[in-house]
Amino acid sequence: MSIVLCRVDDRLLHGQVVIGWGRPLGIDLIILVDDQVAASDWEQELYRMAVSPDIEVRFVTVADAAGEMADWQANGKRGLILTGDLETMAALRTASPDVVQRINLGGIHHRPGRRERLPFLYLTDQELRTLLALEAGGAVITAQDLPTTPAVALRALG
Amino acid sequence: MSEELRGVVVCHGTLASALVQAAEQISGMNGVLLPVSNTGCDRDVLEERVLAAVAGRPAVVFVDLASGSCLFAVLKRLRAEQSVKVVTGVNLAMLVDFVFHRSLPPAEAATRAAAAGEKSIGIP
Repeated sequence: MSIVLCRVDDRLLHGQVVIGWGRPLGIDLIILVDDQVAASDWEQELYRMAVSPDIEVRFVTVADAAGEMADWQANGKRGLILTGDLETMAALRTASPDVVQRINLGGIHHRPGRRERLPFLYLTDQELRTLLALEAGGAVITAQDLPTTPAVALRALG
Repeated sequence: MSEELRGVVVCHGTLASALVQAAEQISGMNGVLLPVSNTGCDRDVLEERVLAAVAGRPAVVFVDLASGSCLFAVLKRLRAEQSVKVVTGVNLAMLVDFVFHRSLPPAEAATRAAAAGEKSIGIP
């Protein structure tokens, strides 16, 4: 199989990801792309606790991820790529547009300068412009916290 | 006499405030448990909410799940603090027990609360 979901979620690996998406999609590989977590053994251990043993979890840096995208796409597992911010997902899209074709905005929460677009999604105008540029380049971007809720098109978030 | 422990309850959604309210209703002890919710915030903000609730005091922090964003926020900022202990799988029985034993050292209070919580689980 291949990468079946590319999600941006600033809470990283938690119940919505593992159970909400992981079960219905039959995910058996989760790739968390985050430089800080990739350098922290205790954080990795804690995140692994949230995942059942039959799901493989990999922690990789942004730089390493770019070089492994093709392997994840072809290794026979149903994979989920997870990033904590838009910049990382944009970098992965740039590195492998054929793998990161669809981007799921699953949870980006309030910070100064961000405006509520949906209850689980806050974006600055600049972040929205960045996403619109990615979509103009061919990516399909929707906001959806769980598979049981409707996906909202990016252009509806303005 | 040493400072009495603070109890901080960190949960998904509105669970923490509901547990605290119920514990207060049963025990009559108000204001010794502080609820923290993960609703509407990212990891950094949740960590700040937890730190603000603990406020640098000796405390036992109760978390709903043994993994996930709540536990992560608590451990990331407090795991090195000797005066703060963490108990997962919070339930009402452990909170009610805790509010009457806040003069214990943090580790002892956490162990006692966890035991009270476990003891309350059964199939009558």
